[in-house]
Amino acid sequence: MAIKRRTLLTASLATPAIVESVGAQQPFDWRRFRGQKIEVTLTANPRSQLLIQHQKEFEELTGIRVGSESVPEQQHRQKVVIEFASGRPSFDVVGISLHVSKRLIGRARWTTDLRPLIADPTMTSPDFAFDDFGQGAVAYSTQSDGRLDTLPEFTDYHIIYWNKELFEAKGVAYPRTLEEIYTAAKALTDPSKNQYGWVGRGLKNANITLWAAFLIGTKQRDAVSSDMKLLTDTDDAVWASELYTKLMRECAPPGSIGFNWNECQTTFGQGRAAMWLDGVGFAAPLEDPTKSRISGKVGYGVAPPGPASHHCGMYGSALGIPEASRNRGPAWFYAQWATNKTNQLRYLTNGAGSPARQSPFRNEEAISSSRFPRAFFDCLIESGRIAHPGLPEIIPVTEFRDTLGVALTNMIGGADIRAELRKATDAFRPVLEKSEQA
Amino acid sequence: MTSAPAAAAQGGTAAAGTRSLRRNYARHYYGFIVPAAVVVLAVIIFPWIFTLYMSVHDWKIGGARTYVGLANYIQLFSDERFGWSIVRTLWFTLLAVAAPMVLGVIAAICFHRRFPLRGMARTIFILPMMATPVAVALVWTMMFHPQLGVLNYILTSLGLPPSSWVYDASTVIPTLVLVETWHWTPLVMLIVLGGLASLPTDPYEAAKIDGANAWQAFRHITLPLLMPFIVVSLIIRTIDALKVFDTIFVITQGGPGTASETINIFLYLQAFAFYQMGYASAVVVVFFAIIILLAIALLWTRARARIS
Repeated sequence: MAIKRRTLLTASLATPAIVESVGAQQPFDWRRFRGQKIEVTLTANPRSQLLIQHQKEFEELTGIRVGSESVPEQQHRQKVVIEFASGRPSFDVVGISLHVSKRLIGRARWTTDLRPLIADPTMTSPDFAFDDFGQGAVAYSTQSDGRLDTLPEFTDYHIIYWNKELFEAKGVAYPRTLEEIYTAAKALTDPSKNQYGWVGRGLKNANITLWAAFLIGTKQRDAVSSDMKLLTDTDDAVWASELYTKLMRECAPPGSIGFNWNECQTTFGQGRAAMWLDGVGFAAPLEDPTKSRISGKVGYGVAPPGPASHHCGMYGSALGIPEASRNRGPAWFYAQWATNKTNQLRYLTNGAGSPARQSPFRNEEAISSSRFPRAFFDCLIESGRIAHPGLPEIIPVTEFRDTLGVALTNMIGGADIRAELRKATDAFRPVLEKSEQA
Repeated sequence: MTSAPAAAAQGGTAAAGTRSLRRNYARHYYGFIVPAAVVVLAVIIFPWIFTLYMSVHDWKIGGARTYVGLANYIQLFSDERFGWSIVRTLWFTLLAVAAPMVLGVIAAICFHRRFPLRGMARTIFILPMMATPVAVALVWTMMFHPQLGVLNYILTSLGLPPSSWVYDASTVIPTLVLVETWHWTPLVMLIVLGGLASLPTDPYEAAKIDGANAWQAFRHITLPLLMPFIVVSLIIRTIDALKVFDTIFVITQGGPGTASETINIFLYLQAFAFYQMGYASAVVVVFFAIIILLAIALLWTRARARIS
């Protein structure tokens, strides 16, 4: 039978519609980049361990080979920045601490905008469900110009771990305000028995997160205003510093001035301190009877309200894909897999941290079968409602933490609070102004 | 037989030939040094020129680079924190050199004497030196924990008050020196022990005939003859102590506050925490000048030791 010209024309016009309808019915092609290899660099933490542990799932699903590394936090930040600055980073997917590197990476435009990839149905699996990510987490990953240059992965809320046994023994109630933390800690401190009401970060730089947890409860809430003015010598900053200093000087074990989270975890886990305010990722070691003496006795408390506001410090990490990467397609596939619902649920149920997605918190079956108490999950959900960035979104975050951190250690040593804050503010103000001018 | 002028002419031709040959050889020799010259240029000369170049620029990683002349150096000399880091570096170096030197010399003298199981005792003594500094620092960090560390457990078991070790500004430097001393005394011991083994026996026999006692023999024979070895270990220890970074960073990160912030820690912060590459380069140049001055002083001491 001869094919008429009209038939051919009709067929060619109908082709796109047919292909589209076939495409809509076809499953998402996870294997379109099979045979390719990507490099992934992550910060060493329990979440990265989970991703590396289950990486084979991704390799089998996509046929993409993954070379992954996890590097200790501080060294990882340096490695990433130096490699980005070289213009030829060795990695295709990178874990980024938003509370430290967000603006630096955003201003230099080192990572690619993910919005076009999310909008492309050939590149994004239909079950990715971007709207499942919490609004706060998405906002944290979004730059001021609207670019979504990282994919939120983990949201860290600062909560209070409290030793229920010590509280009960002294008949002390969980504090209802930030000021009551001091009252309770003071009542629970007994140096003669090597028991302390409080333990917290005293080491410079690390200590800023604890100080910020108190500042966040004041009227000003932030250390830097929205128009980038430094607010670290105000009355609210003095109030936060006084509370910090009182707790560290009067209620914390000797030597706390040099404590980072690991010393705090050891002290609290050995039952020597009644309260510890820090990130959510420590439930797993504290509930592990082989590592902790207080397994099953840990209470998980939402940070109480301050004199003017009720918030908890929020920190977070996300996955980025370098603009310079030659494997952006496979890298995006990895990012989708790493933040899928299964992996995010693994974060939550393993006590590795609070996921950026909302669906894990609604998974009652997984939560009830978890080895962690219900109070832990309730604390995370409630903290998510009141979360507020703990650190200012500025480029010289590390200098800010260092300069003010030294002032805080000096205060623990007995220095005048107002004078130290003024000195630190004067020292850091030009650094901030210069960074904003650049 | 050739005539004198002919011989002279022949000689002249031969000399010219040799010179030409030398020149040819020289040309060939230049080829051989090219790889070494390239390596030196790439890993020593270029980084230095680049560091000097960077030190006169304001450059934060991720931002633009601008020429600022000597502004970084001017800022550095008015930076109180940098000044204190120099003081701390010198104080730490003094202690971290003196303690291992004294203990190392004493240990060498002990181990030079014959006693049962001397070989095993020497081996055990030098074990700390073989450990990786970061691993050593991590172990000590756990031992220094004020509530749960083994050191305070020992102190309190003996009825002594606990110490804050590295968790207090007043004790942090001596405590870090303790780690350095434990780690590097064996090195001094090994160098001095080598020196003791090479000493001649004649002066001791002569001294014995002259009625010298053990102390006099040590003071007037052993010590002067050992001086070149002691100076060598002094130089090595000084260089090591000046450049210590890993131990301090792992144990205290320069804290509490800035109480153990040496130049190396200060430099690290500027370069790899604050990403102020221009300012950090100026720190490197100044630190290098300090090391050169110390090296000259030590070499002068060594020359004096040789003369005496």
